[in-house]
Amino acid sequence: MCLSIPAKVVDINGNIADVSVGGAIFKAGLQMVENVEVGDYILLHTGFAIQKISEDEALETFRLLKEIEDAMKK
Amino acid sequence: MSEYVSLNHGSGGSLTGKLIRSVFVKRFGMDEPLTDSALLKEKGLLLAFTTDSYVVDPIFFPGGDIGKLAVCGTVNDLSVSGAIPKYISASFIIEEGFSFHDLELIADSMSSEAKNAGVRIVTGDTKVVERGKCDKLFINTSGIGLMKTGFENISSAMNVKPGDKLIINGSLGNHAIAVLSARKELTFSSPVTSDCASLNHLINNVLEECSEIRFMRDLTRGGLATVLNELADMISSGIVINESSVPVEEPVKGLCEILGFDPLYLANEGKVLFVVGKEEHQKVLDVLRSHPLGKYSEVIGEIADNNRNMVVLNTAIGGRRIISMLSGMQLPRIC
Amino acid sequence: MKLSGLIKKAAVLDYTFMEVCGGHTAAIHRFGIPSLLPENIKLISGPGCPVCVTHTSFIDKAVGYSKIDDVIISTFGDLMRVPGTGSSLEKEKAKGGDIRIVFSGPEAVDIAKENIDKKVIFLGIGFETTAPGIAVTIKEAEKVHVENFYLLSAHKVMPPAMEVIIKEGVNLNGFICPGHVAAITGSDYFNFIPEKYNIGCVITGFEPVDILQSIYMLVNQVNMRLAETEIQYSRAVSRQGNSIAQKNISDVFILCDEYWRGFGEIASSGLKLRKEYEKFDAEEMMPIKVKKQKDNDLCICGDILRGLKTPHECELFATACVPENPVGACMVSVEGACNTFYKFRMNE
Repeated sequence: MCLSIPAKVVDINGNIADVSVGGAIFKAGLQMVENVEVGDYILLHTGFAIQKISEDEALETFRLLKEIEDAMKK
Repeated sequence: MSEYVSLNHGSGGSLTGKLIRSVFVKRFGMDEPLTDSALLKEKGLLLAFTTDSYVVDPIFFPGGDIGKLAVCGTVNDLSVSGAIPKYISASFIIEEGFSFHDLELIADSMSSEAKNAGVRIVTGDTKVVERGKCDKLFINTSGIGLMKTGFENISSAMNVKPGDKLIINGSLGNHAIAVLSARKELTFSSPVTSDCASLNHLINNVLEECSEIRFMRDLTRGGLATVLNELADMISSGIVINESSVPVEEPVKGLCEILGFDPLYLANEGKVLFVVGKEEHQKVLDVLRSHPLGKYSEVIGEIADNNRNMVVLNTAIGGRRIISMLSGMQLPRIC
Repeated sequence: MKLSGLIKKAAVLDYTFMEVCGGHTAAIHRFGIPSLLPENIKLISGPGCPVCVTHTSFIDKAVGYSKIDDVIISTFGDLMRVPGTGSSLEKEKAKGGDIRIVFSGPEAVDIAKENIDKKVIFLGIGFETTAPGIAVTIKEAEKVHVENFYLLSAHKVMPPAMEVIIKEGVNLNGFICPGHVAAITGSDYFNFIPEKYNIGCVITGFEPVDILQSIYMLVNQVNMRLAETEIQYSRAVSRQGNSIAQKNISDVFILCDEYWRGFGEIASSGLKLRKEYEKFDAEEMMPIKVKKQKDNDLCICGDILRGLKTPHECELFATACVPENPVGACMVSVEGACNTFYKFRMNE
């Protein structure tokens, strides 16, 4: 379910982070994620960070997809 | 029809159309199609006459205020009909307790925008109502313009035909998002400012340089999608839009993702849709892009000879979907 | 998109896949994904969003509460147009009810703090993705002694409904599983589907590339006669999920039987506040009686949500049930099967 989108942490004040989605800044409660730092990406849903997004995994997904696409072209 | 008027009846979508047609149009003996301005012939003089009311909340927002909005809105309604805007009336309904300082700021804003657009505010009215009987300030503006000869058919889309190109003068949704982000109770901030602007000089440039302008309409409440559907209803062919050509700024995109809004339906106050003859579209683009209010103009689609009365979107990944009329206002969603 | 070419090449059989997530329904619709798939792949939208599954009686209760003088209803926008018996939150707002749209639980608590002479009832909808945030909201409200904030819960969990679909619905070859539910619960949460029913599951993200890749993975599973839980959405989903979020759900909620629109009562499919948080439970603190109305007999949303029937087979479709005046959930939701069909029908 649910509209959650990747947002970049730009500031942290205690349990609440300011996160940026393309320049728009939202508040995200960090009660459910650990070791979040400025610069990390989190999934924002209804005012909370529900998961950290692994940038490595994201890059790996897109790299794999590109491999598939390139293989198709041959 | 429902028993009570709801906010959806004011959203600019199909319910607004229903309200207008079922309550007002027949009783007032108005002619269809309903266009931005009424075109009136009187003793050889062709006039455009329009009216609009402004109830925006909050009254001050990034990029403008209710006063600037009122002047721009009426100037634009006249302009997209092919008229030169000349004279505006301004009526104010003021809530008891409203600050004089704010009223003066708004009047300054209107005066400055009128000068900028080259129009004169020549008459008006003022009423004050008890606290709670109106939301701070409501403004109604009416405007008169002189029709340029040869442009009488622009609002009715009579000359639109398959192959014609669709052009808009920049990115969508800025006004709606700027107003939303200025509401105190919301917990986000954004760098987006309203695109509120008088477009008459831009439009005049296009009309002077180009001869194949078939249709114009400004994209206000209900956004691009609503205007496209209204246009599709007026012509016998269909419309195809390419999602990847429609400009939307990143913060607007991001906010739309979070709130579940579709930028195609968001209100604008400085954007106009042109339908132009295929051979002339590059010239129109060049004229638009050489003006500050048209720097980011794009060809977004064309009139199709199939898809009768439908607006079809070619999505960014090569899929297709239909863009239909919204019945009421967009609601934010979590799902 | 080259992925769609890959899918076409691999799709040598007939496939019926279901997604059970409003976000997926919306993304599939928005990107025009069905127009990219070959005819032998059928995508069905299951009961995956609050608009589709919130029961009439929940809306009736909310409407009832909204009529009480000192009550403020706070809700996510999704619920405003869901039809109750004869009314909706939107209609009540037009009549003067104090009904406010919020974007998060904490915002609703703020309304309560700013209006201490009123009772603020928050309408809790959403599945495992949303429930943890509401659990945190309740815990924090307790910490700061907010006494006028209440939850009317319609929170639900996915697996029981998925089992009902498998047992009663159309034959499925695979599930496009909700990526954000799985971000919370972990992908192992869905293992019962391949293990018990031999139907494959792919945990999917929400970009078009994610959805297309998942369809490709499901097609391959079917071709190879496999049934597994695979993670396509690896950048956000692990096998174990978010244990802090899971603990928040179990700290604050217990499972209960719950009514799903179109499905009736499903055992252990809803989330109710635990006794220790009873003081936040709207129904415990302010019991409200609503007439137990049956769903409109002619409305076949339940069958449509199970993938068994199409909108054209409904007597109410496009007559009594239209987007401006929806009877059932499938017409309320902008991406609901009936709403989408209606748009196509208008242009035939």
